[in-house]
Amino acid sequence: MQVPAFFEYQRATSVAHVVTLLERFGPEARIVAGGHSLIPMMKLRLAQPELLVDVNDLHELAGITVEDGVLRIGALTRHAELLASPLAGEHFPILHDAERVIADPVVRNRGTIGGSVCQADPSEDLSGVFTALRAVAVVRGVDGDRTVPMREFFHGPYETAVRPAEILVELRVPLQPGAGSAYVKVDRRVGDWAVAAAGAVVSLGPGGVVEQVGIGLTAVGDADFTAVEAEDLLRGRVADEYTFAAAGEAAATHCRPVADQRGPVDYKRHLAGELTVRALRDATARAHRGGSTE
Amino acid sequence: MTVNGVEQVRDIEPRLLLVHLLRDELRLTGTHWGCDTSNCGACTVWMDGLPVKSCTVLAVMADGRSVRTVEDLEGPFGLDQVQQSFMDCHGLQCGFCTPGMLMTARKLLDDNPDPTDTEIREAISGQICRCTGYRNIVAAIRHAADAEAAGRGDT
Ligand SMILES: Cc1cc2nc3c(=O)[nH]c(=O)nc-3n(C[C@H](O)[C@H](O)[C@H](O)COP(=O)(O)OP(=O)(O)OC[C@H]3O[C@@H](n4cnc5c(N)ncnc54)[C@H](O)[C@@H]3O)c2cc1C
Ligand code: FES
Ligand code: FES
Repeated sequence: MQVPAFFEYQRATSVAHVVTLLERFGPEARIVAGGHSLIPMMKLRLAQPELLVDVNDLHELAGITVEDGVLRIGALTRHAELLASPLAGEHFPILHDAERVIADPVVRNRGTIGGSVCQADPSEDLSGVFTALRAVAVVRGVDGDRTVPMREFFHGPYETAVRPAEILVELRVPLQPGAGSAYVKVDRRVGDWAVAAAGAVVSLGPGGVVEQVGIGLTAVGDADFTAVEAEDLLRGRVADEYTFAAAGEAAATHCRPVADQRGPVDYKRHLAGELTVRALRDATARAHRGGSTE
Repeated sequence: MTVNGVEQVRDIEPRLLLVHLLRDELRLTGTHWGCDTSNCGACTVWMDGLPVKSCTVLAVMADGRSVRTVEDLEGPFGLDQVQQSFMDCHGLQCGFCTPGMLMTARKLLDDNPDPTDTEIREAISGQICRCTGYRNIVAAIRHAADAEAAGRGDT
């Protein structure tokens, strides 16, 4: 039987309360949201916090809204809520593509968007999604709010820009009218973590030329989950199969997968390239249709 | 917290998992405890109306919330339709996965009274059955949907 070690528990009544508790207890205190990454780690003694601060009552952290040209996703939004949100799907189909293949429906009822990105597991699907989207994280501490671009958010496996006495409040995704987006993943069985996955966000200019592009890669060893070389190569070129193939090759060359039970290095490298091509193809097709999935 | 509509007050350690509170303290052993790693779904119960894996929820996190377990499916007039349909369609063999399957099936039909087979398979995709090969589980949920539609007088 797996049971966590002893710890204390407090249920936070406000975001300010969370920050006060984290400040007082130092790095031995941890936030618990859905608990679907942290509780398994505590059972295995990979994490042994002295205090858990439960944020599940904080409605100020929930909700998906569009304001001033920005899609705002509260940190406590559950995977299931993001998947069910027409607002999210209408602006960025990549969010629904990804949520459909994250874990299973019961886990998605509990796991949160904030917990996913703060966990910073190298295989976390949403990490690749939000870097592709160039989202911005809003983080709150004693000194108030600060913003961190998702491309600077990940500091390595299980490490992020969120400091010990800070809490992630929300993710902001600037709307990109007309852009198309998509996410594709290869897993061993339904609901499993990715062997590899790629997300793409594409804006087209006159003549089908790529104006702006974001590519996110998951589970292939890119600490920042992005394929910058492939993005550089795409900008200013016509979005066609020839360009996609070149971008896929760049993504495959520059990623750094490690061999594990999900597959050897060459296989993952191959997937990084091929999935980049497929994500670009789908995102571009959606961009031609004005960004939607229809 | 309330469990199956009954208020429960307990003094517990924060590290107690919800599945163990239900089974060991409240003696509600209908909820099964399998993999302990949130993969098999045998421990699925409802918390505030949503199916969750109770091996990965701390019991203290359910403080003040409402929990519903498989024991609550049966009503004053007998078995819930999903229970009856699992019996009628051989949706179980050893029965280990069944409590979780039933709780997810009940939620699915409450939200979507006429699901496709694909939607049924998706809904139970976080749950593992070692015996049935899933075919009869899907058939049982389909059967329950049809029986409930007939009961409501839908065509
Ligand atoms: C069976 C299973 C399969 C899964 N499959 C996938 C998959 O295919 N793809 C995938 O991407 N993920 C998968 N996951 C992970 C899932 O997405 C988790 O829900 C997610 O990683 C963690 O979210 P949580 O809310 O449960 O976080 P928690 O476990 O509560 O927290 C995780 C970490 O984030 C910190 N944290 C949480 N919220 C905040 C906040 N607001 N501010 C600062 N720090 C915070 C915690 O302190 C902790 O360190 C799977 C999980 C399970 C159990
Ligand atoms: S015991 Fe909870 S999912 Fe298996
Ligand atoms: S009936 Fe035996 S595990 Fe499903």
